[in-house]
Formats: sequence, C-alpha cells, structure tokens
Amino acid sequence: MAQTRFSAGRRDILRILGSGAAVSALPFGIGLAGAADKLVVGVIYVGPRDDFGYNQAQAQAVAALKKMPGVKVVEEEKVPETVAVQKTMEAMINQDKASLIFATSFGYFDPHVLKMAEKYPNVRFAHCGGLWTAGKHPKNVGSFFGYIDECQYLDGIAAASASKSKKLGFIAAKPIPQVLRNINAFLLGARSVDPKATVKVIFTGDWSLPVKEAEAANSLIDQGVDVLTCHVDSPKVIVETAERRGVYSCGYHASQAKLAPKGYLTGAEWDWQTPYTQIVKATLDGKPMVNFLRGGLKDGFVKPSPFGPAVSAEAKKKSEAVKAAMLKGDFPIFKGPLLDNTGKTVIAAGKVLGQQDPLLESMNYLVDGVIGQV
Amino acid sequence: MSETTDGLAFGSLALALLGGALRVSTPFLFVSLGECITEKSGRINLGLEGTLVLGAMGGYGVSLLTGSPWLGVLAAGLCGVLMGLLHGGLCSLPKVNDIAVGIALMLFGTGLAFFLGKPLIQPQAPMLPSVELGAWSDNEQVRSALRINVLLPVGLALAGLLHWAFRASRWGLALRLVGDNAAAARALGYPVVPIRIGATAAGGFLAGVGGAFLSLYYPGSWNEGLSSGQGLMAVALVIFARWSPLRCALAALLFGAAGALGPALQSQGITAGYYLFNAAPYVLTLALMAASWTPGQTLAGAPGELSFTQR
Repeated sequence: MAQTRFSAGRRDILRILGSGAAVSALPFGIGLAGAADKLVVGVIYVGPRDDFGYNQAQAQAVAALKKMPGVKVVEEEKVPETVAVQKTMEAMINQDKASLIFATSFGYFDPHVLKMAEKYPNVRFAHCGGLWTAGKHPKNVGSFFGYIDECQYLDGIAAASASKSKKLGFIAAKPIPQVLRNINAFLLGARSVDPKATVKVIFTGDWSLPVKEAEAANSLIDQGVDVLTCHVDSPKVIVETAERRGVYSCGYHASQAKLAPKGYLTGAEWDWQTPYTQIVKATLDGKPMVNFLRGGLKDGFVKPSPFGPAVSAEAKKKSEAVKAAMLKGDFPIFKGPLLDNTGKTVIAAGKVLGQQDPLLESMNYLVDGVIGQV
Repeated sequence: MSETTDGLAFGSLALALLGGALRVSTPFLFVSLGECITEKSGRINLGLEGTLVLGAMGGYGVSLLTGSPWLGVLAAGLCGVLMGLLHGGLCSLPKVNDIAVGIALMLFGTGLAFFLGKPLIQPQAPMLPSVELGAWSDNEQVRSALRINVLLPVGLALAGLLHWAFRASRWGLALRLVGDNAAAARALGYPVVPIRIGATAAGGFLAGVGGAFLSLYYPGSWNEGLSSGQGLMAVALVIFARWSPLRCALAALLFGAAGALGPALQSQGITAGYYLFNAAPYVLTLALMAASWTPGQTLAGAPGELSFTQR
C-alpha cells in the first residue's frame, strides 16, 4: 500500500522535499498528462518564478508561450543545479509527456541536460546559456542566450560618468564565462569614459544569498565604491542597499528603477520572448532543433533600462551613440590589445572578436582594471 | 607595500568584520535565545528555521499593509508564538518525538511563508529605523559599521536578563527544573506540560522577531532565499554555547563576523580562496559542533530532559 503510493507520487514527494515548493507547484496539475494533440513544454527554473530578476525574466517569456495554440506548459521552480534536475526532467518526460524542455539555469547543462538528451533522443532540450558545440553535443540539444554584455557596456558608460571616486563595484554569484563577460564589458564601458576607472568584484558563491549580497554591497561602499551593479538572480537587495547608502546602482535582468528612484542609473534587461517562441515554433512545425541561438540589442534579446535622473546629458549622448552603433552591428566590445588583470595578453593587438565569436563564451579571465580573481 | 598601509588595511578589515558582526548577528541572537528558553524546558524545537522565515514574511506583510515596521515586528513575533504553540502542543501528545515534529514544522513554516509571501516579493515595505552609534566619528567606514538597529541592543539586554533569570528568578528556576527533571517538578507541583508549551511559544516569539529583522532591516527585503539556513545554524549555536544566554550572544556575534569575512576580504582586494571564506559560517558550525561533542565527555549544561540526553 505504502509502496504503491510512493511510486505513484514520486514527483510529488520530490516537490515536498524541495523545501516547501510543493504549495506553489500545486496549480500545475500534477500527474495530468497533456492531451495527445498538444505539445507539452517543460520549463525548469533554479529559483522562484517571481524573484524580481533572472527567473522572472524567463517566466515572462513562458507566460507568452502559454497563450500559443497547441502548447501546454508544465513548470517547476527551485530545482537545484544537481542530479535533482535530471529527476525533474525525467518526471516531465515520463509523467507529463513533455517533448520540449527549457532548462534555464547555467549549471543544468553539463552533465545533466547532456545526459538526459542521450537517454531521450526524441525529446528536445533547450538550455539557456550553455555553449552547444556541433559534433560534440547531441543534435536534440540547443542553447540560447543573449549578448547582455552590450547592455553592461552601456551600464559602464553611465556608471563611470556618474561616479566621483571612479571606483565601481560588481557583486557576482559565480565566476562562469557569462558573468566574467559581463564584468569585463562593464569595465570596458567605464574605461571608455575614464581610462582610470576600476571595478571591484565580489563573488558571493551562489545565485541567491541576500544577506551575503547586502554584506558585499556594504563592504564595497565602505571601500569608496560609489556605483554598484551585479550578476545575481535577484538584484533587489543590492539596489535597495545602494539607495539607502546614497550611492548609484545599475540593475540587472529586469528594471529595478522603482526600488531606487534617486540612484538608479540604468540597467541590463532580458527579453526572452523571441528565442522561446522561435524554439517552440520550430518544434511545432517539425523543423530541426535550433541548436545555437544568440542575439543582442539588435535582435531584441536584451534592452537597457530607461535612464534614471542622475544620468547626465553628456553620458546619455555617449551611451546613445554607442547603442546606435551596436544596433547597426558594428560595435565589437572585445578587441586587442587587451590584457587580463594578471598582465597576460588575452586578445592580441589588431585582433577583434565579434559578438558572435564563440571564444567569448569560454571567457575565463578578468581584464586589466578589474580587482578580483576568478 | 609599506607598513602603514598594511596597518590601515588591517584596521579596515577589522572594522568591516565588526560592522558585519553587528549587522548580521541579530537573527542568530534572537533565534538562539529563543531556542535556549525552549531547550531549558526540556524540549528541542528544530523548526525555528521555519518560524524565522514565516516571521520574516509576516513581518514584511504587516509592515507593508499598516505602514508601521514595529507592528510588523509584533506580527512576526505572534506568527512565532503560533508556531511555538503548535510545536509545544503537538509534542505534549503521547509518543510524539519533538525532533521529528520540529523538522515537519520547519518545512511547514517555510512552505507556508513562500506560499503566502508570493505577492510580497515585488513591493517595498517600510523598514525599521537605524541608530547611529558612530555619529561621533568623521570616518564614513566607522559610521557605517556602527549603524545598528535597536533590536540588537534589545537582544543583548535580553541575553543578560535571561542569564540572570535562569539563575535567580522563580520562573527561571522552575523552567530549569522542568527541563532537568520532570518527575521532581511534578512532585513540587509545577505544571510540566503548560510550562513547556509556554517556553516553546516564547522561543517561537523570539525566532519570529529574528525573522522580522531579516525582512525589515537587514538585508531588508522579502524573498525565498532570505534566510539561507540561519535558523538552523542558530539551533546548533545553542549547543555550542552550552545553553548559556551570554555565550549565545557571543556565539551569535562570532557567526555574524564569520558571515562577513568573505565579502570583507574581497572588498579589501584579498581575492584568493573566496569560496573557502564564504563557507566560513558553515565550516565554523561544523568545527564547533565537532569540538563540543567530544566522545566520552558528558554534555555539560545540557538540560536532563532533552530527548538526545535521554538514553
């Protein structure tokens, strides 16, 4: 008796164990397999869907998917980047009959998504942020991401223009390539305004640690930093702390302008609707999986927040000019000669890396001017 | 690097750690004092993590609705009292294990808080005010390190009060007797079960207030990653402090400083090994637990009626 109940409700039990996620997951029809004629799309988030940040940006695109005809969405929140995500994927495939899965957190890709893709060759896996390589990774896997470093570069321009100390602070979760690329782009944007500007980095160690993020913000401000930005899942705490301490901030993932009416300069925001609908349409039409999907400002994958009141007219003009060049597609952020902060040349003089260059997606250095260590 | 700059950097690190200890330690302090009261009565409430999170959510919600953060603190305390009464009541039933109930209530409290707290993630509630203890200094870092919330001195005073009460007051001695030897307490005519339920409710109140500090002062926001296990660490801290409220206060400050170590070192430019420094509070928990559980040694100071001291 107990045994049957256990095997029938394994997914339920996993959910309950997911520290209270059970309650929030109830509305999604546990065990109700989708009608056979509908495409069931599974979406997996690393945090809560309404975190004022990363997961919310994904969930907004998923909300648009739900309105598409012939699509049924099943979601699961707060799935850690461990073997737990494999169990979630298997449950979505076997119990909900999902044939397309969006795995939205960086750490899901290797090995979890890759393993599942080999086990279920008829299911499509779309991963946010991973680097899909032809020949090395299965054909039923695809990765999508946005060149948000373009917005970070624009943030850097606004930050260095507003800063008096020319010391900027960056609170980051983990030293993965996308995060490092954002930090470096932020610094290069700042240095385009003031070649002496520096960026201090603090790595907190995980995507959502509010106490540590507040502590990082306070210690950076104590060290004379007067503009803060971040790459964590919910920038709310950092933006609020900056506002309370009277320093400027740049937002991330979504606009946090409301939280800091005085100090919010601008921010880097996602718009995932384009890649999500493109991948789902390809699946509905039976076209091959979109294996590698990227876009920046030009493609509407990312956008800057509107300028706050503290941004000077001069900074706005400079930022708009760079944005216009980015929209035309002729503004490479990373070009030689570029040194990392240990003095090693990472891009040789004369070499220009376009935004689409896959080399940038395996970035493992912090450029000269960033104070911190990978 | 000259010696003066080294000295400056060290002073600034010490200040950062002090500031961190003062900012981060309050929830540890309140939860551990609450757990101390509960355990002195002979019960263990492992569910205080859930109480902390529920208190954080309730406090934030009430502050948002009424516009008064102090009402929020009170509401958080009342959430804690309800959770404490539930735990105390359930554990008074025959053959109920308090540790199992505690784990269940931890999941219940966090789950309920996440469920009810969904609409509270976006809005900004009024925050508790801070007290400028560093107004005398013209150094911005000193001022920010000494910018504290009034709940911290309240908690420290409470630690002193409890220390006195457990030794010298009538109800403190009754509580300890109930926790050390229920049979003797019964023989003296003390109502064992109501005292234990009351002690658990009082402990819940303090844990709820600790939660309100998290959501209404520092970091001052409601979201589902708010506590990151602070309630659980505070329970471990009580054992390390050997059930003494004064040692609880010291341990809470130590844990606060350990939590501030990672960010403080990185902001000073000491960037190597930050994973290790970020893990400092957890490493400290493990190390202290290992050190205070030496085999063969009795648990000095442990109330005799605790389920893990009973064989």
